[in-house]
Amino acid sequence: MVGEIKVEKVIKRFSQLDGGEVVALSGIDIKIKAGEFVSLIGPSGCGKSTLLRLIAGLNTADEGSLYIDNEEINKPSYERGLVFQNPMLFPWLNIHDNVAFGLKARGVYKEKKKEVDEFINLVGLASFKKSYPHQLSGGMAQRASLARALVNHPKVLLLDEPLGALDAFTRMNMQDELIRIWKERGTTMIMVTHDIDEAIYLSDRVIVMTPRPAKIETCIEVDTSRPRARNTPEFLSLRSKILEILNFAGAVDEPDYYL
Amino acid sequence: MKKINIWLPVLSIILSIALDVFVKDSGKHIKAKHPYLVYLLIILCIFFVAVAILSYFNEKTRTWIVEKALFYAVAVLFLNFLNLITKKFTLLPIIYFPTFDKIFGVIFEERNFLALCLTSSGKLLITGYIFGAIAGFVTGISVGFSKWTSYWVNPIVRILGPIPSTAWIPIVLISFPTTFSASAFLIALAVWFPTTVMTSSGIANIQNAYFEVSSTLGAGKYYQIFKVGVPAAMPHMFIGLFNGTCASFITLMTAEMLGVKNGIGWYINWQKDMMAYANVYAGLIIIAVTFSILITILFRARDKVLVWQKGVIKW
Repeated sequence: MVGEIKVEKVIKRFSQLDGGEVVALSGIDIKIKAGEFVSLIGPSGCGKSTLLRLIAGLNTADEGSLYIDNEEINKPSYERGLVFQNPMLFPWLNIHDNVAFGLKARGVYKEKKKEVDEFINLVGLASFKKSYPHQLSGGMAQRASLARALVNHPKVLLLDEPLGALDAFTRMNMQDELIRIWKERGTTMIMVTHDIDEAIYLSDRVIVMTPRPAKIETCIEVDTSRPRARNTPEFLSLRSKILEILNFAGAVDEPDYYL
Repeated sequence: MKKINIWLPVLSIILSIALDVFVKDSGKHIKAKHPYLVYLLIILCIFFVAVAILSYFNEKTRTWIVEKALFYAVAVLFLNFLNLITKKFTLLPIIYFPTFDKIFGVIFEERNFLALCLTSSGKLLITGYIFGAIAGFVTGISVGFSKWTSYWVNPIVRILGPIPSTAWIPIVLISFPTTFSASAFLIALAVWFPTTVMTSSGIANIQNAYFEVSSTLGAGKYYQIFKVGVPAAMPHMFIGLFNGTCASFITLMTAEMLGVKNGIGWYINWQKDMMAYANVYAGLIIIAVTFSILITILFRARDKVLVWQKGVIKW
């Protein structure tokens, strides 16, 4: 198995317009096993997207280092595919050419032509091959962007709130789709999300991050077997545990006196 | 109602022919060799009769003629009106407002010479346009993608660009070996500026996420420039090309008024000096038709290249 990610003592600061600095990540240490499905969860500003971008190689860490299979990450690579909340399909290419983009960019399209269709079928868009992105619904566009990332056989798939813009039903369908693809391909998946249920439903491990200082608060193993139900006691207890960690449990105010 | 609609242009044309034939000329205009207006109207009449008949069988023709019938009918009436105030009643100065018979007569009788003029104008325009457009793309793309080029070239573009290219005439005329190369350079300059500006601003407006996605898909720098940057900036480039086309027409007309011995702009200028206004109008009609065909071709090309834009941006 390949696709093991190691993050060691990573610090990332962003300078602000007024000359000040914001610490986006203050000393992050994680190890993500090859083939693992991990979610990063936490409120805005906790640095989860920043961490994902560092793993993608789109930004570089100020201190510390990141490794994929013991090789240092210093620039973007097709081995670490990225899917944004906004599908970011190239509007000038039809779905087939969007999915084929990575293969063409790497100059391996000729040998691997067949795979484009395979991945389009995998995400269920076979009849939309010739359509342009603006003709697709949000869910379909997001599937296409998944196929576009997967066709490169990335070792790791980085998902930055991939389902955030979808309606609740499409979202649940897409979650099952993600699980199916993950099982089928065995790709390491690292997903940033705001949705606690989604994180528990999908992941082997939920990494809870807190802002100021932006760091990892705790890692929660989800060891219930798949397919998971969203309403089991284990599910709900994990859910309330995460809510408590994030201080969103909504503590009931004690009344001043009892009658 | 719809049936009348389809035949409206034909009715309008027949009325115009009748008026031209039966209303007496004022006799003040010099008579043309042939009644060219009537010839033209007869051709139009045949065309619209054919369209009307075809529209009973062909759905596409039908929708077109139902939509446009009124417009063409009124357009012919307007032609007719102009014919009445010139040839028939001579309400306008004879020398500046010749009859349609004279104007169409010029187009028909001098067709070889006019074609020659058109060809040499076309050669000049196309040479200048191609060089200007290519230079514009190259400058725009390098300014858009390279910080170094942007730093050194952008100020030059900003200072030289807004100068109307015709203002360079005094300098260009002495620095180029032939009037053709001088004129072509002026046209190229006119096309270059809007193409450069729109290309580089198109590139500057591309969402960075497109480049980020393409880099995680394995695209190298040049692949990103030509397969992400250029297509994403293409809508802007077409606006630049379009503005450049209009500027190139203006420059062509001006450039031809100096020194060249041929060309449609030169023809108009020459005929004006000869007080041959029928020829001036003939030249203008030819320019109008040619330029609008060129613009249409550009629009068609844009529709073809930007087919993906349908429903995203409307012009």
